[in-house]
Amino acid sequence: MPDAGGRLAVRKTYKLYVGGAFPRSESGRSYEVTDAKGRFLANAALASRKDVRDAVVAARKAFPGWAGRTAYNRGQILYRIAEMLEGRRDQFVSEISAAEGLSARKAEPYVDAAIDRWVWYAGWADKIAQVHGNANPVAGPFFNLSSPEPTGVVGIVAPQKGPLLGLVSVLAPAIVTGNTAVVLASEQHPLPAITLAEVLATSDLPGGVVNVLTGRPAETAPWLASHMDVNAIDLAGVDNPALAADLERAAAENLKRVIRPAPTPDWRADPGAGRLTAFLETKTVWHPKGA
Amino acid sequence: MTATAPDTLADGIAGSEASLRKFLHGLPGVDQVGADQRAAMLATRSIKTTAKEWALDLAIRMVDLTTLEGQDTPGKIRALAAKAKRPDPDDPTCPSVAALCVYPHLVPVAAAELKGSGVHLASVATGFPSGQVPLDVKIADTKAAVTAGADEIDMVIDRGAFLSGRYLEVQEQIQAVKQAAGAAHLKVILETGELATYDNVRRASWLAMLAGADVIKTSTGKVQPAATLPVTLIMLEAVRDFRDQTGRQIGVKTAGGIRAAKDAIRYLVLAKETAGEDWLDPDWFRFGASTLLNDLLMQRAKMRTGRYSGPDYFTLD
Amino acid sequence: MAFEYAPAPESASIVDIRASYGLFINGEFVDSADGSPFKTVNPASEQVLAEIAEAGPTDVDRAVAAARAAYQKTWGPMPGAERAKYLYRIARIIQERSRELAVLESIDNGKPIRESRDVDLPLVAAHFFYYAGWADKLEYAGLGPQPRPLGVAAQVIPWNFPLLMLAWKIAPALACGNTVVLKPAETTPLSALAFAEICQQADLPPGVVNIVTGAGATGQALVEHQDVDKVAFTGSTDVGRAIARSVAGSRKKVTLELGGKAANVVFDDAALDQAVEGIVNGIFFNQGHVCCAGSRLLVQESGYDELLAKLKRRMSLLRVGDPLDKNTDIGAINSSAQLERIRTLSQIGESEGAARWTAPCPLPERGYWFAPTLFTGVSQAHRIAREEIFGPVLSVLTFRTPAEAVEKANNTPYGLSAGVWTEKGSRILWMADRLRAGVIWANTFNKFDPTSPFGGYKESGYGREGGRHGLEAYLA
Repeated sequence: MPDAGGRLAVRKTYKLYVGGAFPRSESGRSYEVTDAKGRFLANAALASRKDVRDAVVAARKAFPGWAGRTAYNRGQILYRIAEMLEGRRDQFVSEISAAEGLSARKAEPYVDAAIDRWVWYAGWADKIAQVHGNANPVAGPFFNLSSPEPTGVVGIVAPQKGPLLGLVSVLAPAIVTGNTAVVLASEQHPLPAITLAEVLATSDLPGGVVNVLTGRPAETAPWLASHMDVNAIDLAGVDNPALAADLERAAAENLKRVIRPAPTPDWRADPGAGRLTAFLETKTVWHPKGA
Repeated sequence: MTATAPDTLADGIAGSEASLRKFLHGLPGVDQVGADQRAAMLATRSIKTTAKEWALDLAIRMVDLTTLEGQDTPGKIRALAAKAKRPDPDDPTCPSVAALCVYPHLVPVAAAELKGSGVHLASVATGFPSGQVPLDVKIADTKAAVTAGADEIDMVIDRGAFLSGRYLEVQEQIQAVKQAAGAAHLKVILETGELATYDNVRRASWLAMLAGADVIKTSTGKVQPAATLPVTLIMLEAVRDFRDQTGRQIGVKTAGGIRAAKDAIRYLVLAKETAGEDWLDPDWFRFGASTLLNDLLMQRAKMRTGRYSGPDYFTLD
Repeated sequence: MAFEYAPAPESASIVDIRASYGLFINGEFVDSADGSPFKTVNPASEQVLAEIAEAGPTDVDRAVAAARAAYQKTWGPMPGAERAKYLYRIARIIQERSRELAVLESIDNGKPIRESRDVDLPLVAAHFFYYAGWADKLEYAGLGPQPRPLGVAAQVIPWNFPLLMLAWKIAPALACGNTVVLKPAETTPLSALAFAEICQQADLPPGVVNIVTGAGATGQALVEHQDVDKVAFTGSTDVGRAIARSVAGSRKKVTLELGGKAANVVFDDAALDQAVEGIVNGIFFNQGHVCCAGSRLLVQESGYDELLAKLKRRMSLLRVGDPLDKNTDIGAINSSAQLERIRTLSQIGESEGAARWTAPCPLPERGYWFAPTLFTGVSQAHRIAREEIFGPVLSVLTFRTPAEAVEKANNTPYGLSAGVWTEKGSRILWMADRLRAGVIWANTFNKFDPTSPFGGYKESGYGREGGRHGLEAYLA
């Protein structure tokens, strides 16, 4: 649509975000994304199972490096994401307004909450081990310490509602502890997810730590859930209980850690530490004490 | 593993302080907790009936019946010598002990008593128990004991020199005493209670073996802790590995604080399951003890008669 | 003459095994409504020990109903301090009866009395003591401001540590205010049934603990029961997978403690004699029937010859035989089926070209036995390096650098435990950071403690048992 000044806008092509790059779907497919009133907004990439495959490879490749960063460094990067998001605040407000049919004034609190959520989780990076790990007073001459470690590659079916705040609320806790993620964005409102990917790409977050696929979760989620190199899956955005059960069954094949969809999530509530600990493993190290 | 003659091994590493240190510090470390737990596990072995009878007799034959007191007199030595030869006067099947162990100036008394009995005569030497006398005194001490009739010498190492890293000095002292002892069997007391760590026990064991010890011995009995199962375990591993590498077998003597037959049997289990059956012989394993003997005799009587005995039935010497 | 240890058997007369056992539901032993009885045998003699009731669907239903009623009426509303006292009471009775329970465990399971007496039973009592103390302190556990029990827990345990696995399951569940229905393994039900008597002696309210005996079908009926809030399982990865599938879409919270193929990594600077002990303890403890067994020995090539010589010498000293003999190191394989599996995988190891060495030790004629065995020349591609054998069989592989050791150690779908042996401190920590396993034993192996969380990464399951972390599995 022409701008007020009569200038024709340069539109953005919404692509996938995989391994730090923005490719089109390998399938060459796209689908039409509309606003709350059904008007055309953009064509988003319609990811395929092979895009899922590529995204998992990218996430696995990024895992050792990201998990190996110091917690301080991961916290810094998450805080940087908040900074970058703040700078694009108006853009997200307008994208969310368009997607969900809210006034800018009603959309603003969601964007603000999303920014603040990155800040909240950023602070957890170097505290979770102190809260969730501890020394164990074993009955013998041994040093014994339990510490949390990231589970690995996490698949995330992002919430269908709350295309930014919902997404951030499930993504940030997964990656702050050192996991890497493959996100299936909201099917109906995928555009804020891709714009968020642009933020991630400019926030010193290593490529592959977060991979964002747009398209139809009913088509791609089963490939993610059954993928043997994915260690955990968050089904937050699976609204259909039958599909959620199918995905959980598929996830059982390699004993993925699963977060089941909550009936009526309130993404603005205090998130608690549950989503952090769900994708952490506890490692306990023993060593004798002797002279 | 290829065997290397002990002299060759010693020549290769013992030429200088540096090479000796390099060798001793290159020995595998000992994890204290792991060693303690291995010894504790072996202490749970349950030795019953025929095995116990056999073990009690063997333990008696391994005793170095010892008196090392300022109060020692010729009378005391004569009494103990009689006990060494015939520990249980009521039972002719009871074996005699391995040796009688005394201070050097009482060796002549003991020698007269033990003559022809087959019981060895051991004398402590080298400024026992601290070892803090000049080398020439140590040598004189040793020679005097041997001349007076001792066929086994229990020397102490210079722990001060060892702990300050003067390994060559310790080695040279052992070699000098070995030479002074001549044909007498040389037992080298490490005094493990003063070495403090198992790593040190392993190094001191190897140092003594390289220097020519015939037997390595835990303690003087004058320092706490004296013999313990884990320390003896480390020393048994050392003699086992030394024989693997050199072909030469070294004995082990555990001394100090072993008072019960039950404990003695635990040491026999330890020897069997660490160094092997070859060490289950008075030539290769000894107990330095005094009160242990009576408990061995009491348990032996219990096995024979089927009832518990009491201290009144055994001689106090 | 050699020092031959005379037989030193622990007296079996301390235990009184009944001819038949019913199910323990709602505080009493009852007959099965719809199951057909089965027999449990002594694996060391192949003699039948007792006839055991099989719980059918109706029985499972009754047991879950009893647990639900107890949860709602007595155990759920009871103050934590009172629950604690019941658990302390149970712990004390276990201590009082520990010798009897140890003998019973050795008879039914085949494990040496030295282990049931010195490892299993002390840990069982300690586990109840530890979680007893948590019962009135849950709000201090750092798991949220208002921790609540889940409800009825369905618990299915394996045959390798029958009473210890029972303790790992029941103690935290009860401390947190849940009630339980527990199914012991079909080859080792006796100690769980003895535990039922202990619950009676402790005057534990009826229905708080229910024991249903049976095989796979009973377990399936239990974990799939609609009125169960929590499923806790220890056993094979295949069954764990099936359970994870079966609870899909339900509200049930699940913890799974599954298989393993642990690497035990020995560097050339290790404390060699203790490393050898750790290797032996790592794979031959409990006949190798240990999910966290150090079944893959990774030896640095520069220390290989010396280590192997020492290891073989040490293995030759292992005493295989009568589980009740106090000097036995390795007892009987738990069942003929398990023995068959161990034999099959060992034959595969040979046919795939690995070199087999077996400790020269005599085996009894009757019963299920397998001599301590090691395979050298094993590569990552061999089935004996990838599959859980769950027996006294060690696969030996080599590596050259720390990075290669990590790569090989992690190259498995499992991630339960791992061992590292080196005298270099910084290398231990470097390795411990990189090994993907829930328990890292550095310069030690197969150590357990009620305060220490246990559980795996990847296909070794999820959730932790033991320690503060173990509470999380039983709280909302």
